[in-house]
Amino acid sequence: MARIIVVTSGKGGVGKTTTSAAIAMGLALKGFKTAVIDFDVGLRNLDLIMGCERRVVYDFINVINGEATLNQALIKDKRCDKLYILPASQTRDKDALTKDGVEKVLTELKRDFEYILCDSPAGIERGANFAMYFADDAFVVTNPEVASVRDSDRMLGILASKSQRAETGQEPIKEFLLLSRYSPSRVKDGGMLSVDDVKEILSLPLLGVIPESKSVLEASNAGVPVILDEKSNAGAAYKDIVDRYLGEEVPHRFIKVKRGLFSGLFRSK
Amino acid sequence: MPIDTQDLLVTESVLEFKSRAINVSTLILFSPQLDDIQEKLQQKIAQAPDFFRNSPLLINLAYLLTHSQSIDITKLILLLRELEFLPIGVQGGSKSQHQIAIAAGVPVHTMPVKKITQPDSVQKPVIKKIEVKLITQPVRSGQRIYAQGDLIILAQVSAGAEVMAEGNIHIYASLRGRALAGVQGDISRRIFCADLQAELVSIAGNYRLNDSLDNSLSKQNVQVFLQDQALIIEAL
Repeated sequence: MARIIVVTSGKGGVGKTTTSAAIAMGLALKGFKTAVIDFDVGLRNLDLIMGCERRVVYDFINVINGEATLNQALIKDKRCDKLYILPASQTRDKDALTKDGVEKVLTELKRDFEYILCDSPAGIERGANFAMYFADDAFVVTNPEVASVRDSDRMLGILASKSQRAETGQEPIKEFLLLSRYSPSRVKDGGMLSVDDVKEILSLPLLGVIPESKSVLEASNAGVPVILDEKSNAGAAYKDIVDRYLGEEVPHRFIKVKRGLFSGLFRSK
Repeated sequence: MPIDTQDLLVTESVLEFKSRAINVSTLILFSPQLDDIQEKLQQKIAQAPDFFRNSPLLINLAYLLTHSQSIDITKLILLLRELEFLPIGVQGGSKSQHQIAIAAGVPVHTMPVKKITQPDSVQKPVIKKIEVKLITQPVRSGQRIYAQGDLIILAQVSAGAEVMAEGNIHIYASLRGRALAGVQGDISRRIFCADLQAELVSIAGNYRLNDSLDNSLSKQNVQVFLQDQALIIEAL
């Protein structure tokens, strides 16, 4: 049975697309047939992060409008044959999304795929609502700062009240906290909220902490999901997150300040 | 030259029918005993003879009918006329009672009759059902909860959320949003919570903002109530 995961946050720029790309790749590398959909119609980014921007012919909106089949629009990843990307349309806006259209595409994907990731746009409007409406699980990406935490809280309220599961009285969406751009040294200085602060404010189970890392930006610019960067802390954090999501017991890392100047220098690449 | 339509109508027609509602005394009977009725009526007339003389009267038989008590309509009408009442109608009786009334020259009023209760019967007290709302999930930023009675919340109330109740509010976790109890003005209502970090607390419109809350009270059970129009926040 396919599971639909929405990667959401409310606030922009917290790392939703980076997370979607990394986790989709992680699940595919584990052998699960995975699709990742860009819901950010008009501000298409996922194709860049996945490095398939030159291979986009048809997009999500074309499929919704019946102008292309799903198979024509899905882009198979060159690094992992279990991973497919459904890009957003860059020339349209969120009004092109319809609930029936989204449902049709997701229903069709569910027949073939084991995991379907929905990369939500920022905000709580149309695009974000459709991205989360049919979800089974939600990855709430939050930065350790008050504005991001509050927006995530707002998004959690919407997940709990406006999703299909909520409206039809089914078991609620399973929500997980992903704390990204975390810097233990800045937490120690008091310049950033700690993991415990965020966990307490949101009262959510923590799926993982992704440390602030230069490698995220480098990977994005290169069009390589950061999880493929063997030497990156952020990549390792995403691997842990995939393992935890799949039910493995993995201790949390990257929460405490590293002891010793040298080990810190070597590991924070 | 303006035409006087009133004149026109009067000169052209001899009569016209119009529907009018009039106020008539209704005689509601709770007993079929003619002797008792006569006695009671005579007592009434003795109190104000001019008021009752030749006064039109509607006879209501609904109570007798629902309690299956029969009454001699012919004799009743004769009795009323003897006492100088002018019966102008019956209502709420059986079919045969109505036929007898018509035979005696008294018309039947078939308008729906309200259920008649004896005047001395005690009215049942109306018990107002008080709704108690129970919330088990966190109340997130941007959500609003309203309860007409008491509101019980087992999870946290996030910053930017708003919980309101006409009754009391109980929160068995952190309160970081707004809580307003007694929103319909009941000053006896209270707010109870396990960790007060609220943006705002209010009882019947008397509010306090986070700025004026005592930080030493966080992480413990507190109650908020009104005393002499002052909002009191104290540890439990």
